[in-house]
Amino acid sequence: MNIHEYQAKEILKKYGVPVPDGGVAFTPDEAYNVAKRLNTNIYVVKAQIHAGGRGKAGGVKICKSPDEVRQAAEDLLGKKLITHQTGPEGKEVLKVYVEEGCEIAKELYLGVVIDRSSGKITVMASNEGGMEIEEVAAKSPEKILKEQINPSIGIMPFQARKLAYGLGLKDKEAQSMTKFIIALVKCFESCDCSLAEINPLAVLKSGEVLALDAKMNFDDNALFRHKDIEQLRDFTEEDPREVEASKYDLSYIGLTGNIGCMVNGAGLAMATMDIIKLHGGEPANFLDVGGGASTEKVTEAFKLILSDKNVKAVLVNIFGGIMKCDVIAQGIIEAAKIVSLNVPVVVRLEGTNVELGKKMLAESGLNLISADSMSDAAKKVVEAAKGNL
Amino acid sequence: MSILVDKNTRLITQGITGSAGLFHSKGCRDYGTNVVGGVTPGKGGTIVEGFPVFDTVYEAVRKTGANASMIFVPAPFAADAILEAIDAGIEIIVCITEGIPVLDMVKVKNVLNSSKSRLIGPNCPGIITPGQCKIGIMPGYIHKEGNVGLVSRSGTLTYEAVYQLTQLGIGQSTCVGIGGDPINGTNFIDCIKLFNEDPQTEAIIMIGEIGGTAEEEAALYIKQNVKKPVVGYIAGLTAPKGKRMGHAGAIISGGKGTASEKIRAMEEAGIIVAKSPAEIGITLKQALKSR
Repeated sequence: MNIHEYQAKEILKKYGVPVPDGGVAFTPDEAYNVAKRLNTNIYVVKAQIHAGGRGKAGGVKICKSPDEVRQAAEDLLGKKLITHQTGPEGKEVLKVYVEEGCEIAKELYLGVVIDRSSGKITVMASNEGGMEIEEVAAKSPEKILKEQINPSIGIMPFQARKLAYGLGLKDKEAQSMTKFIIALVKCFESCDCSLAEINPLAVLKSGEVLALDAKMNFDDNALFRHKDIEQLRDFTEEDPREVEASKYDLSYIGLTGNIGCMVNGAGLAMATMDIIKLHGGEPANFLDVGGGASTEKVTEAFKLILSDKNVKAVLVNIFGGIMKCDVIAQGIIEAAKIVSLNVPVVVRLEGTNVELGKKMLAESGLNLISADSMSDAAKKVVEAAKGNL
Repeated sequence: MSILVDKNTRLITQGITGSAGLFHSKGCRDYGTNVVGGVTPGKGGTIVEGFPVFDTVYEAVRKTGANASMIFVPAPFAADAILEAIDAGIEIIVCITEGIPVLDMVKVKNVLNSSKSRLIGPNCPGIITPGQCKIGIMPGYIHKEGNVGLVSRSGTLTYEAVYQLTQLGIGQSTCVGIGGDPINGTNFIDCIKLFNEDPQTEAIIMIGEIGGTAEEEAALYIKQNVKKPVVGYIAGLTAPKGKRMGHAGAIISGGKGTASEKIRAMEEAGIIVAKSPAEIGITLKQALKSR
């Protein structure tokens, strides 16, 4: 789960990670009032959307007075920001964050992630603040310092010092940075983060360090023990179809093609998308109905797939293991009574009770196209989407 | 021969009185696995469907001589269950549970590394040595005894591949589902090493998907160590970046973990990568012929 910068900064503050003073605003007047409260003569107004690359897209404005802040907020609110992460359709700005400006000596990068290969929390730091870490990693990996955290003892001060001094910081700067790193890692562990990225991290002329930007992602599987964090979820930032799918425990990702897919199992669902593409079609979605696909789930899955107006044909690909094919067939038949299937549906069933499942579908009177293998199904659905079947 | 599990395996199920735990314990027993009991705290001393139930894994091991465990404990408590199995000295721990917090797995992995136990999963279909031992939720009947070792991050896609093999008359030595989570107990390299050393296994299939670099690391290992033919498949060529594709570990993040990168690394290592998921079986058959 992703959250906004202003939410991340509130969490960081709780864990003793220093952030600039600021506040969120939903209207220009609110932005003005936040600015009035801040003890500064430089203000930063930042669009709050989940996508990165806001600065380059004009989503960050520097102001010199509360009046300018009001104007900046007025310009940003309601505007569609298009960054390299939003896609061409952009993202509407519904709130801004107003923050005090500060005198920056240099900008650094600090990130905490879980390294999959070693299975450990890893802290990454670099002098290339403001740059995307992937870019730095690709061009000059030697500029990234890394420390792995031993899971049984947690981050040790020496590790934070190694990073701080390794970046060339001295005296007060190094001390502030050491504290910052330790606090950030503790926050990461306590909140079940999957990513905590401070980019840029500002070293001030005073020797203090501050999180200028903050990106935090959380492990969806751990949200059950963080009800407070779960409440920060912003549904306006998500694909409404994905939100709807999650209510029924379906895993759905919208794509841009015209062939809807309903599959059991994530790996098989991806493979089904791939085989459609291989045969010249374009998948409209990823959809895993999961292991226990009840009639209700199959119905909801059909509703979701058909809510995408681009969909010209649907491929149902089920490998019945524990899940029996006759149960799936029953689900499709029931679903068809509730949802009007106005596009061709190709069904490929395999596995337990496949003959019974196929017979039920054949006798249902539904206009379904039966397929015998994954290749056969992919070929048929691609033709069906073109209107050839 | 086979790897990790065979007719001598003595299995207990942690979470045996839950509906999934009991259903699949029976499924494993029906297949021929020696299921010697199960564990549910508070239900010790009872017998369900012929399975003796114990309060702790420690007690179950002492009373039954179990050396393998299958875990169906709900995600919030699954890490505790794995650690309990490690503590009891279980050799093969198969965790079916999906949705375990990653930081729980960080702790588990750390303990696992200094133990004698092997964890398969979590979030996996399990492991099967056809004709001998099935630990997990896979449909047993699609498998056939034989000489192909299979390792995969997926469930149903693995069934698809196994089914293709069996249809072609090609049997399997052992099939291991290593699971779809970012941190797992056993990885591709672990399984490939075992298959490489197993005299029964003549060829290997590895089925990967987007996310992480486990396939790339395995490809390098294969290039340097494996002479047996290896066929591969990677799911997710059409997956968008930054989206979690069902499995917690199936995500392209920071431009890393794409299917095309993995396929390139595998092909460079001499692995024959099937272009279509419908051609995994036939690709293996051709690889065996041209050997």
